[in-house]
Amino acid sequence: MAIITIKDLQKTYNSSQVPVHALNGVDLTIDEGEFTAIVGPSGSGKTTLLNIIGGLDDPNDGQVIINDTEINHLSRAEKIDFRLHHIGFIFQAYNLIPVLTARENIEFILELHGIPKSKRRLRSNELLEAVGIPEKADIRPRQLSGGQQQRIAVARALASSPRFILADEPTANLDSASADNLLTIMEELNKKEKTTFIFSTHDARVVKKARRVVTLEDGKIKSDSKK
Amino acid sequence: MLLKIAWRNIWRSPVRSWIIIAALTAGMFAGIFSSTFMNGWMKQRLRDGVETETGHLQIFRNNYQNSRKLSLLLPPGEITKVSAHPMVQSATERIIVQGMAASAETARGIRILGVEPEMEKNVLNLHEKVREGSWFDSPYSKEAVIGEKLARQLKIDVRSRIILRFQDLDGTLTGGAFRVAGIFRTSNTAFDGTHVLVRRSDLAELTSIPSGKSHAIVVKLQNAEDAMHVAPQFEETLEDADAVPWKELSPELGYITELSNTYMYIFVVIILMALAFGIVNTMLMAVLERTREIGMLMSVGMARSRIFIMIVLETVMLCTTGGLLGIGAGLFTVWRLSSTGIDLSIWATGLTEMGFDPIVYPEWDAVLVLNIAGMVILSGILASLYPAWKALKLNPSEAVRVI
Repeated sequence: MAIITIKDLQKTYNSSQVPVHALNGVDLTIDEGEFTAIVGPSGSGKTTLLNIIGGLDDPNDGQVIINDTEINHLSRAEKIDFRLHHIGFIFQAYNLIPVLTARENIEFILELHGIPKSKRRLRSNELLEAVGIPEKADIRPRQLSGGQQQRIAVARALASSPRFILADEPTANLDSASADNLLTIMEELNKKEKTTFIFSTHDARVVKKARRVVTLEDGKIKSDSKK
Repeated sequence: MLLKIAWRNIWRSPVRSWIIIAALTAGMFAGIFSSTFMNGWMKQRLRDGVETETGHLQIFRNNYQNSRKLSLLLPPGEITKVSAHPMVQSATERIIVQGMAASAETARGIRILGVEPEMEKNVLNLHEKVREGSWFDSPYSKEAVIGEKLARQLKIDVRSRIILRFQDLDGTLTGGAFRVAGIFRTSNTAFDGTHVLVRRSDLAELTSIPSGKSHAIVVKLQNAEDAMHVAPQFEETLEDADAVPWKELSPELGYITELSNTYMYIFVVIILMALAFGIVNTMLMAVLERTREIGMLMSVGMARSRIFIMIVLETVMLCTTGGLLGIGAGLFTVWRLSSTGIDLSIWATGLTEMGFDPIVYPEWDAVLVLNIAGMVILSGILASLYPAWKALKLNPSEAVRVI
């Protein structure tokens, strides 16, 4: 069942003197439970595609339909609410809130959903176990390694059980062991929580783990292969 | 959680936060200290004016205030009616005459008050201001108690003789020799230089004012603030009488508190405005440093209103911390100085000419402190608006990538 349907997506940046066509007619469908990697060289449009799917950026043309909602027609406030309720984000630089502990970073998202404290605690415990660092619950991000921070970021992204997770270069700042570990955790969570994962990546390890690989080049889909 | 994040965010750059907190503390300390200083000073002047010079209210015959005619006298027995009022603590009668005081060397224009020395003690505290001699208990038959400045001008001392000249009830020039029994010094040298007190009976005899009649009844109420609404009651119950509350007897005393409050607020507003620029700068830096974090918050679905509130809360907490420390330090200093006072004797001459005591005892006023605390919080909110607005303008897709 399709969770994301993208039709003829166009995006041009006019910020420089020469217009840059970041996306040039992208058509893509992502089904529920997929573990998909979007790959391609720098400037191929991976991040732009992810930003538009996540409602962080607007296309010049085309449609992005998520669960029957055409998100590029939503207002700014509606997009924020939509992201909160349907999308989890994992960033290359982790982007945890440095003044909150690992657990608080996870519970923060749940609080935005208005989930009561007792349930927040249960869910954060569950996720800390799932990402394998329950003992780091009360530690702030700066005292964690990059891999541990990214695991917390994964737990945060999964906290509210979103329909899908957008991960922008999640392993780019990690060493091999940490990257492998993280990918294994995400793969398990994908299976266990049935959450759809969409990665933009250069990392061959991610490509290897992905069950579907979409290759972008010059803003177009060059190939789309399922394993 | 927002409160927690806001509070912890303040301490991400402790040095920067402490600098702005220190500036706020110093500003608020200055605000509180100067406010309580002015408040104490003005209240002292008010108390001195009311308790030494005017009383809470004075009752005259109709039109006496405008004409000052000797013949406009209150009938005997009015003081009994006045004293019977439940809000009246005590009252005394006076005969008031304009005249001249002359010593062997010089003469001065003065106001002569014919008083009942013992009754006067219950209404005003002028007897406590006698610095030399005594309050009408010398062995002389015709005693006078005069102000220190007048004594200096007339070059006389206790036990010296002065000649008082004035008109009697018929308009005939009259007068008498009095012996200086006491010399008083109030915080108002203008008063000290123009007032001579004698026994009411002596003055009545010299001016031919019939026994029991007087020009004024000076009243002390249970509470000075009641004067404004008690005065009309006396005007209704007493025949042909004007009851004048202290604010009208000495309008400048009434204005003093209002004016000083206005000045204090203006002063605090100027301090806060200056500090607000520092706060805006600090918060702009904080927002700039956290661009990526704010972008992330927007990305994960934190409503812009919450981001706005987070930054406002952070600024308000910063201001409140500095404000409370400053208010606390200010109140502690005021508490210490309220018993010892601040000695401004170096400027005593000028201050007493204006009626101010050179020893100032700062007094804090709960309403004033609460208002200042409120103004600090309001400044925090106002100072946070621009940084918060800048944060809201961020584009999340770009902000999350800022290094």
